[in-house]
Amino acid sequence: MRNGGRLSPLLFGAALLLVWELAVRLSGAPVFLLPAPSVVALRFAQAWSDGTMLRHLLPTVGEILAGGLLGGALGLALGMLLGLSGAARRIASPYLVAAQSTPILALGPLLVLWFGPGAAAKVAICTLITLFPMAIATLIAVRDTDRGLLELSRAMGGTRWQTLVTFRLPAARSGIFAGARIAATLAVVGAIVGEWLGGSAGLGVLVNLARGSLFDTPLLFAALIQIALLGVAAYGSVVVAERLSSRLIK
Amino acid sequence: MSGASNSNTALAIEHVAHAFGTRAVLSNISLSIARGESVALLGANGTGKTTLVRLAAGLIRPDQGDVHVAGTPAQAGRPDVGIAFQDARLMPWRSVARNVSLPLEIAGEDRRAAHTAAIAALARMQAEHLADRAPADLSGGERQRVALARALVRNPALVLLDEPFAALDALTRTRFDEQLPELVGGAAILFVTHDIGEALLVADRVLVLAPGGGISLEVAGLRGTPQGERRAVLMSPAGATRQAQLYDALRTVAPVAHHA
Repeated sequence: MRNGGRLSPLLFGAALLLVWELAVRLSGAPVFLLPAPSVVALRFAQAWSDGTMLRHLLPTVGEILAGGLLGGALGLALGMLLGLSGAARRIASPYLVAAQSTPILALGPLLVLWFGPGAAAKVAICTLITLFPMAIATLIAVRDTDRGLLELSRAMGGTRWQTLVTFRLPAARSGIFAGARIAATLAVVGAIVGEWLGGSAGLGVLVNLARGSLFDTPLLFAALIQIALLGVAAYGSVVVAERLSSRLIK
Repeated sequence: MSGASNSNTALAIEHVAHAFGTRAVLSNISLSIARGESVALLGANGTGKTTLVRLAAGLIRPDQGDVHVAGTPAQAGRPDVGIAFQDARLMPWRSVARNVSLPLEIAGEDRRAAHTAAIAALARMQAEHLADRAPADLSGGERQRVALARALVRNPALVLLDEPFAALDALTRTRFDEQLPELVGGAAILFVTHDIGEALLVADRVLVLAPGGGISLEVAGLRGTPQGERRAVLMSPAGATRQAQLYDALRTVAPVAHHA
């Protein structure tokens, strides 16, 4: 039973793949509609070995890193400002909510118009899409610091800066990282959508190519799997960062 | 003003009035604590005990009157004042030792020196063995021990204790009450509580705080009695008389239908 805890998700996945494989083979579904997992796996390996996947992966990773870090940093700063200042919160909150309610993806064409078809527009979309969850999570976590801890800081003569760094931010850490986890997966969405809107390389471009001009459905599936793996990696790196940060504040 | 200028006074509260909005919590209260003296303040809930502690800590300013610590106006962050609350207020992300050294770190002391002082303060609280533990792994009594060590880490001349043992079980609490004078050492103490026996055990003087008013009764405490005998004296006929006096004073001043 102890191994069952770790094994059962793998077994479940294997069973799903098996059902998928059998369904395709038995039904005789055409490969352009639903390729069998074995076909997809072969195409995935081929795309990696001929360099196609890496050529499209690297720009996407770059956009995610640049936009995610920029949006994360800006969101953190904005969230801290709004969390600390009631006046700033009252003035800016309605606009923050309005901005968050506007689908960033709908802004895509505008951003391409402003930033051109290159990487800048994709980074801008990633930045915007990560900024809001980070800002909101940070705002709430910083605003709701335990009053007792704040009083303790004052009793010890803590300055505003010391109160922020020694009390508020460590106390807000898990809330901030909850926002970062959401932001990390959204950063992948932002990059892919940005690439759909135009560009010469990137996993979003590869999806478009595979579906449209190449009519290569196995490659489309391989690209989707790569995007999913990228999302997991982005999420995982936030989890690692959270662990590292816990050592930093100890 | 005599208390403020007297260098022998650890804490002087003179004609202090304070209100939160329209609700007057304290009106014209005066009390002074001599250097090294332990004073317990007894009062029902809502009588302004915690407000007095926060005034003495410089966390709030009185609407009227003066609060002086060692002859100078009360101010938050003074190195000569330590404070502990009913909840230990430990930071769960820091080790016990790093919680205790926090006041020194905030004051800008070297981290190694702060750590050494923290270990010494923990040793004084007989809690040296907890230094590397996480606060989440401590019992309630251990947490309060750590909070006391943190309050004492800068060797303050005045320690403000706001119901520090109220959340502990009766046995642990009594042990703390009996040991507290020795644990704190030579510092003056303002100890706020609503427990009569506790007040008598920890203090040289026990004062009863009337709601919205001043001090309605003063009774001698048992701090001067040797540690091993305090409990026996508390239970003796003489101790019972003092407890009864305090109980009567508390009951007289507490409004029957007190709003929460």
